[in-house]
Amino acid sequence: MATTADHFQAHADEHHHDADHKPGFFARWFMSTNHKDIGTLYLIFAIFAGVIGGAISGVMRAELADPGIQVLTPLVGWLYNETDLDQALHMWNVLITAHGLIMVFFMVMPAMIGGFGNWFIPLMIGAPDMAFPRMNNVSFWLTFVAFISLLLSSFVPGGTGLGAGTGWTVYAPLSTSGSVGPAVDFAIFSLHLAGAGSILGAINFITTILNMRAPGMTLHKMPLFVWSVLVTAFLLLLALPVLAAAITMLLTDRNFGTTFFDPAGGGDPVLYQHLFWFFGHPEVYIMILPGFGMISQIIATFSRKPVFGYLGMAYAMVAIGVVGFVVWAHHMYVVGLNVNTKMYFTAATMVIAVPTGIKIFSWIATMWGGSLEFKSPMVWALGFIFLFTVGGVTGVVLANGGIDDYMHDTYYVVAHFHYVLSLGAVFALFAGFYYWFPKMSGRMHSEMLAHIHFWIFFVGVNMIFFPMHFLGMDGMPRRIPDYPAAYAYWNQFATVGYWIMAGSMLVFFANMLYAFTAGKKAAPNYWGEGATTLEWTLTSPPPYHQFETLPVIDDVDHDHGGTVAPA
Amino acid sequence: MNRTAQFPEKNGRVALILLAVAAGMLALGFASVPLYRLFCQVTGFGGTTQRATLAESVTAEKLAQSAGGRTISVRFDGNVSAGMPWTFGPEQVTQTVAIGRRNMALFSAKNNSSVPVTGTASFNVEPEQAGPYFNKIQCFCFTEQTLQPGQAVDMPVIYYVDPKALDDPDMKGVEQITLSYTFHRKG
Repeated sequence: MATTADHFQAHADEHHHDADHKPGFFARWFMSTNHKDIGTLYLIFAIFAGVIGGAISGVMRAELADPGIQVLTPLVGWLYNETDLDQALHMWNVLITAHGLIMVFFMVMPAMIGGFGNWFIPLMIGAPDMAFPRMNNVSFWLTFVAFISLLLSSFVPGGTGLGAGTGWTVYAPLSTSGSVGPAVDFAIFSLHLAGAGSILGAINFITTILNMRAPGMTLHKMPLFVWSVLVTAFLLLLALPVLAAAITMLLTDRNFGTTFFDPAGGGDPVLYQHLFWFFGHPEVYIMILPGFGMISQIIATFSRKPVFGYLGMAYAMVAIGVVGFVVWAHHMYVVGLNVNTKMYFTAATMVIAVPTGIKIFSWIATMWGGSLEFKSPMVWALGFIFLFTVGGVTGVVLANGGIDDYMHDTYYVVAHFHYVLSLGAVFALFAGFYYWFPKMSGRMHSEMLAHIHFWIFFVGVNMIFFPMHFLGMDGMPRRIPDYPAAYAYWNQFATVGYWIMAGSMLVFFANMLYAFTAGKKAAPNYWGEGATTLEWTLTSPPPYHQFETLPVIDDVDHDHGGTVAPA
Repeated sequence: MNRTAQFPEKNGRVALILLAVAAGMLALGFASVPLYRLFCQVTGFGGTTQRATLAESVTAEKLAQSAGGRTISVRFDGNVSAGMPWTFGPEQVTQTVAIGRRNMALFSAKNNSSVPVTGTASFNVEPEQAGPYFNKIQCFCFTEQTLQPGQAVDMPVIYYVDPKALDDPDMKGVEQITLSYTFHRKG
């Protein structure tokens, strides 16, 4: 076998001379097999989709600023030249559907898993690239085409008007007999493509993490971000095919006369809800777990301490993933579950608060006695811990089957899941972005602008979502564009919050502009000695091909991704 | 460096296993349709009523007599789904029956269209915890029904309430069970 090894060695050396050789523009960005380039594509895509999804929520907040229908009528007049009120109300359904689907499938997931996952999983485990670089490319472009399909759905008939107005849950019978026309088919097709892309991505991540770790990088030495993506990938692999099955049955119910979810032929619409939430609940952990991983890296870095209770942190994520599969019916307390079933799902749901609590307390314990530095990623991470905890507390409230009978489909639920996702996941994304942006781009962002961005964003989103708790407890229903005047005060308040949040995004883009035009060159390890994972041993940005010679992780440091022996 | 040379083969194997797992979950998604139906039939979940034989009803009646002959009210409801050109409804609003005692209720159906129409009835009971205890021995809902243009028929249901309901704490306070049918057009 010596010849093979020699040959390989020679081959690797040959490559080393032009490790930074990049292909031309088209080949580099459209036929990319490089994990860093694909990660960059995912991040740009996620920012683009996030701007669209965020703009849609702006239209929604403008409509909700006052009782009555103000914005929707001119909107459909301008877009489709229609003056019908039903068309305007259908537009509302299209907007909430698009906002939900875009933010879940085309903003949070591509950014967390596709973006940061692709960029940093190979770097953190000391691998030259992902296990299947071409499949990685397929994953990205499937996601891209899925997004196009979703956008196209808004230009074709979907029942009352143009576009798919089913909600992101696509419940039957609204999505089957209730929505005539191809719009819902386009939306379902979009979910199929995005799901296929994510399943391929999940296979790629699991294979990479299981097989391509550098010598000495045992599973129990992997950085927590790698653990979080490993658990997330397993959730994707187990949950997404169930969604695929459910929405395929929707398609055949719509187009080929089957009656999976139609009582007229012996089907049951509640079965669709079971299938959807069997996917949907793990999906919410898919959106937050990589965030947990990033927050762990960031808190440890800026406390200059290894994370407290490394194994507990890793297996808490595994536990969240496992238990996440057996709590789905807490989304369906009002479909007519019997008392015993509700009791089980209430108890099982509350059990998830235990591993989540382990994570929150371990982050706090990591900071305890640490040498804290409040750099921009750290303030975003602290914001994450605070806001995610608020969302977690309202989650424990909603977990109660009895209380949920009153809270179901009110703004309290909207407040809850935006605190864990819009505030939790998005704060984690910004924390990760400011943590790694100089590593990815080679340019330092402005710390001052990043802090200003944080504070304005923090005030804005809390103004949007905190009053929704009050509105929900007062009984304001979700998914309705109009409301009685009694709800006007806090709705106006929330809309002001939206504009403040939108203003903070200008600061973000100004910061990006600053970084790319005037930003200082970033050193390999610009956060200093607290940053101990492998990506900090490389230049910023890392070479086009890294770890041609695999790093060897020694046995000394047990807790934080190990240290690298001199090559 | 030798290590990297082993990657492709190992990676392919892991990827195949993972692909099989994904395919298995896809299959499970589709398999959930018959499994869910079976689950509802067996457990009476969601107010799914039970089927019983005449012999079982005789046993149930004897059991009920020894338990004291408590009565329960049964309310009947009948309606048709959109696009079904029938008039359909119960001929009696309620019946008060002894628990365990066989009883017959009649529903009337009339085809208002000018063509023969075949229909099937879907059904359940409220409250849902009564599902496992509501037994039908004979029902028009077991088979498809065809009505000629203008034809009107009476459709019988023979049923009894299982005396085991008296032992179920979830059934405490349930004084009336509503049996509801919806006729759907077939084909």
